[in-house]
Amino acid sequence: MTVAATEPLGRSGLRSPAFARFLRALLPALSLTLILIAIAYLNPRAISYFGFSLMLNLAIPIALATIAQMFVITVNELDLSIGTFVGFVACVTATWLRDAPLLGILVLLGSIGVYAALGALIHLRNLPSIVVTLGMSFVWQGLAILLLPKPGGKAPDWLLGLMSLKPPLVPFPILAAVVIALVVHFGLMRTSYGAVLRGTGGNAQAVKRAGWSILRTKVTMFAMTGVFGVLSGMALVGITTSADANLGNGYTLLAIAGVILGGGEFVGGRVSPIGAVLGALTLALAASPLLTFMRIPPDWQVAANGLILIVVLAARALISRREGDR
Amino acid sequence: MMVLRALLARPWIWSFIGALLVWLAAISFTGGYGAGGMITAALSLAVFMVIVGIGQMFVITLGPGNVDLSLPANIGLASAVAMKVMGGSDAMILVGLVAALTSGMAVGMANYLLIRALRIPPIIATLSSSFIVHSIDIAYGRGLQIKPPPAFADFTNIQFLGIPILAICGVVFAFLAGIALQRMIYGRSVLAIGQNMRAAWLAGIPVERIRFLTYTLSGALGGINGALLAGYFRGASVDIGNEYLLSSIAVVVIGGTSVAGGKANVPGIWGAALFLVLLLTMLNTFGVSAGIRLLLTGLIIVGVITAAGGQKALR
Amino acid sequence: MSEGSPVIVKLDGVERHFGAVRALDGVDFAVGAGECIGLVGHNGAGKSTLMHILAGTGSPDRGTIAVRGAPETDYSVARAQALGIRCVFQELSLCPNLTVAENTHISHASLRGPGWRKRSAALIRAKLDEIFPGHGIEPSDVVGDLAIGQRQMVEVARAFTVTDQPLHLVILDEPTSSLDAHTAGQLLAFVGRARAEGVSTILISHVLGEVLSTANRIVVMRDGRVVASDAASAFNRDRLVATMGGARQHDRDPAAAARTRGATPVKVRARPRGQPGSAELVAHQGEIIGLAGLAGHGQTRLLLYIYGAATRRRPGIEVTDPVALVAGDRQTDGIFPLWSIAENIGIRSLAALRRGLLLSSEREQALAREWQQKIGIRTPDLDNNILSLSGGNQQKVLFARALGSDARIILMDDPMRGVDIGTKLEVYDLVRAEARKGRTFLWYTTEMDELENCDHVYVFRNGRIVADLGHDELSEEKVIQSSFEESAA
Repeated sequence: MTVAATEPLGRSGLRSPAFARFLRALLPALSLTLILIAIAYLNPRAISYFGFSLMLNLAIPIALATIAQMFVITVNELDLSIGTFVGFVACVTATWLRDAPLLGILVLLGSIGVYAALGALIHLRNLPSIVVTLGMSFVWQGLAILLLPKPGGKAPDWLLGLMSLKPPLVPFPILAAVVIALVVHFGLMRTSYGAVLRGTGGNAQAVKRAGWSILRTKVTMFAMTGVFGVLSGMALVGITTSADANLGNGYTLLAIAGVILGGGEFVGGRVSPIGAVLGALTLALAASPLLTFMRIPPDWQVAANGLILIVVLAARALISRREGDR
Repeated sequence: MMVLRALLARPWIWSFIGALLVWLAAISFTGGYGAGGMITAALSLAVFMVIVGIGQMFVITLGPGNVDLSLPANIGLASAVAMKVMGGSDAMILVGLVAALTSGMAVGMANYLLIRALRIPPIIATLSSSFIVHSIDIAYGRGLQIKPPPAFADFTNIQFLGIPILAICGVVFAFLAGIALQRMIYGRSVLAIGQNMRAAWLAGIPVERIRFLTYTLSGALGGINGALLAGYFRGASVDIGNEYLLSSIAVVVIGGTSVAGGKANVPGIWGAALFLVLLLTMLNTFGVSAGIRLLLTGLIIVGVITAAGGQKALR
Repeated sequence: MSEGSPVIVKLDGVERHFGAVRALDGVDFAVGAGECIGLVGHNGAGKSTLMHILAGTGSPDRGTIAVRGAPETDYSVARAQALGIRCVFQELSLCPNLTVAENTHISHASLRGPGWRKRSAALIRAKLDEIFPGHGIEPSDVVGDLAIGQRQMVEVARAFTVTDQPLHLVILDEPTSSLDAHTAGQLLAFVGRARAEGVSTILISHVLGEVLSTANRIVVMRDGRVVASDAASAFNRDRLVATMGGARQHDRDPAAAARTRGATPVKVRARPRGQPGSAELVAHQGEIIGLAGLAGHGQTRLLLYIYGAATRRRPGIEVTDPVALVAGDRQTDGIFPLWSIAENIGIRSLAALRRGLLLSSEREQALAREWQQKIGIRTPDLDNNILSLSGGNQQKVLFARALGSDARIILMDDPMRGVDIGTKLEVYDLVRAEARKGRTFLWYTTEMDELENCDHVYVFRNGRIVADLGHDELSEEKVIQSSFEESAA
């Protein structure tokens, strides 16, 4: 009867939206593979147990921060404070968590509570999350500097031990990345409440009409961001062994880039935890090892991140255009 | 009384009142010592926030989702460009300024192209371009030790009756920006787009042209700011613009511009910039640590936005 | 109502106002168990408002709701669902980023715990199979990837699934609008089967054939009232059309009839996309061209297409003069809520308001005053905020904006929605006067009286021009006849 309905109902074939979505989902893996091939070509020795352990060393905290950012992006918000928050957590971990574990644990739990409260504030007062989290980025950094005015402290031994694990066959960072990706994938993509959480990003009105509390979903997502931010900061200090208030500053932008690189979108609740982890790995690899092997001076490492972002987004815009053509 | 009431009804007055209170708190602590010097110092630092703040204001006024995150990288690159082109020679000052302006405009145009061509949110477009500009700056400005031409450095520091000339220029510029916002077709168009982009298009406004102009303007102001900062601080550096990512957004928000778009306020930017600079000065005179300073700045931004309330998200 | 069947819902004396407009003007309405009620009426008759009240998404200003004889004082969506009343709205309420099975969970919170995906999938698949055999939808499909018709199928099927809450009444608001004839037939057959099992339905549809064949009782609404309620067998197509339209007398604009077509140059020539044959919309200078048909059948799309073609060339469109548009949806397409009345009028004429480089506020005031007088905007001060005006006066501001500009072609996108009759009459006169001065008007309207003002009317259905009526041929029956389809099959 209508134009729309006269189209063939089938969704198979190369021009179908499902195929375009499949292509888009493939992009993160594809970009990671490309980078790995380039590294293998430039320096075959890097493709080894030891090589990966070294190259992907910092990938774990980046992946955790990316996942943290992904949670707020799922509900159409943005966290510009995740970087300084990671720095703050690193400082707490390297001081209180080592010297007074109980206090350290309380502070870290409290900071997750602050995240949850921010989620409630942003939802109830209908505030722009980017301004609120911008302000919070000062707060976290201020607290970090108060705690650790000069670089120092030391990570707790159990954490140092954990981060320098050498499991057989598979390097620890890869193992950790797989575990992170699978756990979050299960929680967000496979559980029934995960569907409600993502639905909030897709069509909050419909979710609300069905009787769910949007306040609760937003608070949950912000709290999850806090949890993964804490994990990221702890992992980071476990690798660097000592902390610095500015340790995580670059993570804010890196985490956003990782989510987008991993196939996430800013609005609409379309995110992919596995993609986000792949995106974080891509960034971690592209940031330094690849460029070092290519003898590109470190000056251009940041640009490489920007360029990868632009290339991937361009590829995605191209795929979306095909989608729009139908 | 009427005048007072009319004045209090203006949203920008609060940022000035805040600045005044902070100043009074600071001088009461020092017992009046250095009251004038404090204002001079505040004016000369605030003007840099005002310049980029005005660019950011036009961008944010375009409506939810619009923000320029490339300002720090842009400022850093422009400072290096200006110093290199000037080469320490007074004769090249103007050429250097034009070069910095051009560099900034190029960044702004690149931002818009990314937004338009890749159809990605401005926040991620300006973010990716800032990565690249930042690297260009590192590579280009490596080991750059060129001092600004003496006349240029003097110009950025010179005072008239304790008022920096640059601050006077900044006030004039803000006045012109206010005129452009309220009394020119460009400003009206920005305000209309920020309230409702679709309605603006249906009312015959060339939406994309205005967006292009706005991002270019923000870039250009970043460029000029870079050159001036290099003059004021006697040399370019990669990190010279870092603080302006947050402060450019902060002065816009505190100054009474709506983050939901469509409502902008130029005088408030001056008030907010003075407020932020004086706040730091006050905390310095109190002898508090850097940590407390950052903490209070952050809490004040969150407090102001919570009190002002939001209608829509900035995305 | 079939005798003796228990009443599920009963509305008494329900009234609902939107500003000056009475959307519902004292409606009594009841649904019995196992009934299928066909609800018909022209646009704005109040059908959707009534259904929102039934579903709990809207509340009446006056009147009572009783479910199974018990009056409901605190009626809401949750309450309606607990009582087994569900609604499939025209605007889709699925999350496009979730799969079909996940969307099923959104409306059935009890589908949780291990294996919830399997159970959701089985539930929705079974219902889809039952209603739409051969539907080709997998529960694992992401809703955003489905064609619009398939989404509608999912939405309908989801409304009929049962877990822990009962199911007594499903409201179907234009459920077949995106379905092809085959699937629409499947749905209507299912509605019949559901009746046999005691599940009632309310069917709102513009396809009169399917209402006549499916419903056992038909309720006709007009102007916020129920004007007829009778067994379906008592109606036929002609009686339905007559009841919906009413018999009204209108004064026609004699000048319009007197004009001969084609004496003035062509200003707009446009073909809707996908239009078969050679039909196209043509507007000559000084003409008022009506775009008729049911709401949302491509009229607005064509107007926007023409509007866009005025600044950038588009295939199939010819526009020779500056264009202005009067929006019908004031909130999303028209007003700038932060601005004064004068600023809202002046925005389309900024170039003319300049003196040197700057905008002159005197000129802006002068323009606003001129049009305030011409069009009668009732306000003490033109510097007041636009929102201080009533809806009708806001609409006048939009007219003033377009008519005060340099545009020679004015597009009107059903601009009289929710405007009181007094304002309407004033604006009709103004439009006619402006047309006599040589301006060209393209007027999309869903109201018959407004078409009377037009020199020529094109009727749209499914995005295409299906009828092309001169002023003399124009009659309400002809417009309704071509707007509504013959039957579902």
